[in-house]
Amino acid sequence: MAKGKVQSGAFNPRDLARHPSPLTPSYRSSVLRAPAHARISFENSLSEITGPVFGQGLLGPADNDLTINYAQPGQSAIGERIIVHGRLLDEDARPVSSALLEFWQANAGGRYRHKNDGYVAPLDPNFGGCGRTVTAQDGSYSFRTIRPGPYPWPNGGNDWRPAHIHFSVFGDGFAQRLITQMYFQGDPHIQLCPIVQTIKDPDAIDQLTAQLDMDNTVPMDAIAYRFDIVLRGRRSTLFENRLEGN
Amino acid sequence: MTETGKLKESASQTAGPYVHIGCVPSFAGLTGMYGGRDPGAEMVTAEARGARIVVEGRVLDGEGAPVRDALIEIWQADAQGLYHSPAETRGAADPGFTGWGRQPSDAKTGQFRFETLKPGQVPWAGGQMQAPHISVWIVARGINLGLSTRIYFSDEAEANATDPLLQQIGDPARVATMIADKTAQGYSIEIRLQGENETVFLDV
Ligand SMILES: [Fe+3]
Repeated sequence: MAKGKVQSGAFNPRDLARHPSPLTPSYRSSVLRAPAHARISFENSLSEITGPVFGQGLLGPADNDLTINYAQPGQSAIGERIIVHGRLLDEDARPVSSALLEFWQANAGGRYRHKNDGYVAPLDPNFGGCGRTVTAQDGSYSFRTIRPGPYPWPNGGNDWRPAHIHFSVFGDGFAQRLITQMYFQGDPHIQLCPIVQTIKDPDAIDQLTAQLDMDNTVPMDAIAYRFDIVLRGRRSTLFENRLEGN
Repeated sequence: MTETGKLKESASQTAGPYVHIGCVPSFAGLTGMYGGRDPGAEMVTAEARGARIVVEGRVLDGEGAPVRDALIEIWQADAQGLYHSPAETRGAADPGFTGWGRQPSDAKTGQFRFETLKPGQVPWAGGQMQAPHISVWIVARGINLGLSTRIYFSDEAEANATDPLLQQIGDPARVATMIADKTAQGYSIEIRLQGENETVFLDV
């Protein structure tokens, strides 16, 4: 998209059937945190259409490399080295550029660097588990990390999370704000996980499952996974049209 | 396929209990990450027009217990009613104000706190003015799809009475869940996820 073109139309209504319901008792934490009332729909105003935009200038040199961004000089995190890359698009397949993506994850043993994580797996002194990047003009992004381990979690039974990376995603408008998780192709835990299975549409789960991408693997270094993310599209792009007519 | 689009929105998944690592790493104890400054911590970055206010509150669960692992983001216009966003077509927003804030709820008390500006008025889709408000987005463990609501202000009764969204909601008891009380430094609100006086959440 040419610089200066601005998307400013109202957003498509969200397809709530694609998302998990608020109340999903098999994921126990939702029980006391799920609103009982339906969400109220209304016409988007500028408050929903606008949103914060982050430039590349925000980023530090190692923000998009979790293998080194918390490591001692000359050292790196333990684990299977991977590259995660893809594109951020809207529902009309338009690239979403200059968008901030933040990610966080457990280490290769399945342990988070967080005071509330008491799993017996050890911390890796060279792994923080946090990174970020900003999408390019064509919506593309890429970062390096290590493949996180699956981990057990207290949900009332013997529940294990599939290996996953959490993503926080900004679009052009605050109404596009999304948090989701990326899973890995072929992981048998995906079908067993109460959090994944809060999503009822198998196609929507597949969309969150990154595919092995040998074409972008760096030989003798890192395996690539492809993960595209889709945000809500806009119903009209009046301002864009006006600019094009100039 | 949706009717209007070629692709479908990626499904939401809970932010989980460790959202702080990714979104507020310094708060999570990852010292030095991102220059030691959590994104969204500072909204007023230079001299800015308008009244400085503190907006504070708690998010409460269905048993009335404070949610101590939430992440709250706010988005608002500057004092002139302009958004610091490329999609703002009416003029340039105050350069000293970002309009976007992010804060974790306190791990002990559940209290959140934003230092911001009192927003000006922003038009509705039809051009009519809305009452001053702050857009709010809440994620946490147990929240499957981020919750959107708004904060309005108790000392804007006249503007609130003609606000198109509040008028659409209608029921005064429900409208009241979105109105913050005046405090010495600004405003305070309790956001109830469930149960009596459940906050109005919006399909934005
Ligand atoms: Fe996780």
